[in-house]
Amino acid sequence: MNYVIEIRNLRKTYAKTVAVEDLSLDVNEGEIFGMVGPNGAGKTTTIECLEGLRLPDSGEIRVLGLDPTRQERALRYAVGIQLQKSQLPDQLTVGEVLDLFSSFYPDPAPWPDLLARLGLAEKRNAWFAKLSGGQQQRVFIALALINRPRLVFLDELTTGLDPQARRSIWDLVREVRDGGCTVFLTTHFMDEAETLCDRVAVIDHGKIAALDTPAALVRGLGAESRVLFDTLNGSDVQALTGVDGVTRVERDGRRVIVYGRPSASGQPLIGGVVSWLSAQKVAYSDIRMEQPNLEDVFLQLTGRAMRD
Amino acid sequence: MKSFWKLTAAECKLYFRFPIAAFFTLALLPMILLLLGAIFGNDPSPTFGGAGFLDTAVPGFIALVIAISAVMSLPMALTTYRERGILRRYRATPVSPAAVLGAQLVTQFAMTALGMVFLILIGKGLFHLKFAGNIASVMAAFTLGCLSFFSIGMVLAGVFPNTRAGTIIGNVILQPMIYLCGVTFPKEVMSEGMQQAIRFNPLTHVVTLMQGMWRGDAWAQHQTEVMILGVLLVVFGLIAVRVFRWE
Repeated sequence: MNYVIEIRNLRKTYAKTVAVEDLSLDVNEGEIFGMVGPNGAGKTTTIECLEGLRLPDSGEIRVLGLDPTRQERALRYAVGIQLQKSQLPDQLTVGEVLDLFSSFYPDPAPWPDLLARLGLAEKRNAWFAKLSGGQQQRVFIALALINRPRLVFLDELTTGLDPQARRSIWDLVREVRDGGCTVFLTTHFMDEAETLCDRVAVIDHGKIAALDTPAALVRGLGAESRVLFDTLNGSDVQALTGVDGVTRVERDGRRVIVYGRPSASGQPLIGGVVSWLSAQKVAYSDIRMEQPNLEDVFLQLTGRAMRD
Repeated sequence: MKSFWKLTAAECKLYFRFPIAAFFTLALLPMILLLLGAIFGNDPSPTFGGAGFLDTAVPGFIALVIAISAVMSLPMALTTYRERGILRRYRATPVSPAAVLGAQLVTQFAMTALGMVFLILIGKGLFHLKFAGNIASVMAAFTLGCLSFFSIGMVLAGVFPNTRAGTIIGNVILQPMIYLCGVTFPKEVMSEGMQQAIRFNPLTHVVTLMQGMWRGDAWAQHQTEVMILGVLLVVFGLIAVRVFRWE
């Protein structure tokens, strides 16, 4: 089998709300695949159908060749699952939790090693309730990895975590993938999808709005980059439009914004701008370049901004 | 089987680490028994058919422990687990639902039995508690009482919408049960209507059976109780299977 996950025409409704409408996609072995979209877009419904926790109205799903609705138990042995909303008993220690969950599987990973890998070794005897949000999330990752799965599902893994904790969780997810495990995740953070995922499906209103690598999605957008800098009032910068790649120049007091694309020779926009400023001996400060990102892709695809 | 025992061990640890449930099942009634024992003693009295106050109070109190475990501890434990997504977390593993629920039932049974042991130890150690029955019969009566009441508890676990409502509903059921079972207030002081209510209280039948086995009655004298508790077990057991929810 070529694909780890195959979804064909998945549909799921709750009463009158259509959560997922005619969704099809394939996930390759060994990639980090992300579903990104606002809350309520149908991400969690989709992932829970894949996990066999929800029954689809119609459509075909194969996860590791198994049908999640009929081969639920076999699937649970083979995959790792981190749920968006779940807890553990507060007064069990991290070690006790891992020992307990190991007993559910025939050939579990040695959990003390797993704890060390996840940076939780010294929390082994701490109660689950006493851990920080990031540490609790690490415990849930440990539980998702305890059966040495070929595929893990991570649902809104970093929601509610501070930026530092998010970054270290991202590193962990990459390590999991590098260890040969396929990762299927959902997130409503565009930056998370962009930095972490090998391929991204942008979901809106239960449908796939776009599916590709983050870089290709941004490239496909054909959006312009921006170079921003401050200059002295009075300096004439309109002639920047003559620089290769520049499409237009805006000025607002001291702040100048140059729009454009890489030059014909492939030089980034900022290169041409800086060369021109130096040649013309224009004094400038605070120069930076802004690339279009997934946020812009979403904006363009749906005509509205992502809301958290 | 390994996961079942691990789950049971974890549940037992949690029971003692979260002292509120442990207090009601293991400490409250022994404390009350201690108090009443100090007031009334255990001298033989015609009121109790020649037995002492404690000789009837102890088996009655054991029935109360069963009711507290079944109506409060058990459904509240499962409702908390459901509310917090802990049951969901178990559902995402291959562990069988029977192991998760079985561990909870075995833990509650063990703790109820421990509550019984405390009551007996206080009675024996301080008040010369008399025992005229046979241990196997008492254990059988205790087990039957637990099974039928735990099936009620499993129905409540499915019905409680959340822990807050569960605490209220549980108390609304438990309090009248405890006051109208002939243990806390003697039947003789109650009106005709109240005595009628006592007969319809399932806990009364656990009390009667426990007291009977304690004083050495034959099972043949308690066919009614055994039948009622057996029917409760089957009926509520079947309802419990229908109303149980993971989330």
